[in-house]
Amino acid sequence: MMFNNRGNRSTREGFGEGLLEAGRMNPNVFALGADITVSTGVNLFAGAFPENFISLGIAEQNCAGVAAGMALMGKIPVFTTYAVFSAIRATDQVRISICYNNLHVMIGGAHAGISVGPDGATHQALEDIAVMRCLPNMTVISPCDATQAAILTRKAILEEKGPVYLRFGREAVADFTPPELETQIGKAQMLQPGNHLTLIATGHMVWEALKAAEILSLKGINARVINMHTIKPIDADAILEAAKETRLIISIEEHQVTGGLGSAIAEVLVGNCPVRMERIGIPDCFGESGKPEELLDKYGLTADKIARKAESIFRAKQISS
Amino acid sequence: MIKISDPRKLLNISYQTRALIIKMLSAAGSGHTGGSLGLADIFTCLYFNELNHNPENPVWPDRDRVILSIGHVAPVFYATLSQAGYFDKSELFTLRKLGSRLQGHPGMDWGLPGIETSSGSLGQGLSIATGMAIVAKKSLPDIRVFSIHGDGELQEGQIWEAAMAAVHYNLDNITAIVDLNGVQIDGPTSAVMQLNPLSEKWRAFGWNVINCDGHDIPGILAAFRKARLCSGKPSVILAETIMGKGVKTIENDHRWHGRAPSPAEAIEFLCQIDEIYRIELAKIKTVNDV
Repeated sequence: MMFNNRGNRSTREGFGEGLLEAGRMNPNVFALGADITVSTGVNLFAGAFPENFISLGIAEQNCAGVAAGMALMGKIPVFTTYAVFSAIRATDQVRISICYNNLHVMIGGAHAGISVGPDGATHQALEDIAVMRCLPNMTVISPCDATQAAILTRKAILEEKGPVYLRFGREAVADFTPPELETQIGKAQMLQPGNHLTLIATGHMVWEALKAAEILSLKGINARVINMHTIKPIDADAILEAAKETRLIISIEEHQVTGGLGSAIAEVLVGNCPVRMERIGIPDCFGESGKPEELLDKYGLTADKIARKAESIFRAKQISS
Repeated sequence: MIKISDPRKLLNISYQTRALIIKMLSAAGSGHTGGSLGLADIFTCLYFNELNHNPENPVWPDRDRVILSIGHVAPVFYATLSQAGYFDKSELFTLRKLGSRLQGHPGMDWGLPGIETSSGSLGQGLSIATGMAIVAKKSLPDIRVFSIHGDGELQEGQIWEAAMAAVHYNLDNITAIVDLNGVQIDGPTSAVMQLNPLSEKWRAFGWNVINCDGHDIPGILAAFRKARLCSGKPSVILAETIMGKGVKTIENDHRWHGRAPSPAEAIEFLCQIDEIYRIELAKIKTVNDV
């Protein structure tokens, strides 16, 4: 593999750093808190810029509306809480107050994915990408590690125009992307070349996909690995190129298999280059309590399980053709 | 913009607005008649006396902000904006038609001057006003934010989340106006989901509560003045109104919440509006004589 884990860090740490950096660069950045500022990483910003931190209590619908009001007055509000609340509980407020007005509000979705672990189903956001992705004007971002979370958070706040949703996770995971890696919102990253099949992953699953590709290479299968850190607008060129060159696409996400990354990829393929595709994710069910690694294993989201599934699909496809 | 203080002139504008509401709704063929008529006096007092604004420069940074939280009364909003000079009155007759800047519920992206936010999903406006007022407190201390609500709308929980936040941040630059007409789509508010004791609820949340008759022009002006003079906390004006005010035959009839008059009904309603205008004007003269 071309990447090394420099040490485990959470994407929420990266988000907190990116927000802090954006605050240093632009005094118009405001952070809105809905009580859980330490566990979302917003506390870094709140400590550095107390005047630009607005505490709003456990009231997510109001938070989304206040963010809209501040954006209408020329500020750049960043509204962050657990993804189940920011993206799902306050969906109508995000839809009308923020998206219909096409306001530059950044919505942070913390504790995304099944790897939230013991808190269980209520706190594991597995539908947030689907919900945010279908809102007009919205950009949807899902960084793969802490370094990338910091970069994309800063860029989303300082360089984007309309509403942006950025999801991130709770657990410390491999921090492997080099800070100098070119990272543009809307542009997928091919982290590993390959011509037998393509693994397209997002968030924590990118590292698992890279490890899965390593396992596959030992079996003579060259897997391409793409980091789809922006799910909307999706990089259709990268998907179509991979489809034409490898003829097998496997999507991997800590999200329902309906409506998320896999669906977004399928939408691109179906009209342009329909090839064999498999979606790995949560199979239309609620999550549950357990250790993150136990849950990832149960739902087939570890490198080992991904590699096994990819190999069997690849072999079956070889036989049938 | 020049502020009009003569109640008789304001009443005249208000009844012109009512006539425009009937004409535009009749042309549109659908829309919300009752609440729009009921709010005409409050909108007139707001835009022609209280508000610091400039229709020739709608995005003037120092303007007061108006958030119409109840987007369905767009007709009274649009009619008032056109009367104040934001756009030509002829455009009112494009209401709800394909491609019109006058969407069924206000849509900011459509570029109609005077619209500060899109609205239509109830309960969201007070939060937007709160966000605006937080920023105004920091950088534009002279501007004020007005948000307009319905009584039925207060059934939305988000209103009370925002009510808490506005007090937490001492937002005395917010004036919320509640159109207390006691009627919502399904029937009387008291039957659908009663709100009383309403003054006590707002007071318990820490708001300065001002009660007024939403059709008494001097009373409305006095209520705005009280709100302006209050410092340290936000104000709410609980304005008692009659849904459908100006058209006697539909007053307080909840079936007219979301109905538009047919062309024949419109002619009849316009006659009634004219008649009631004369009666109301005579009342103001009497008051002044005393």
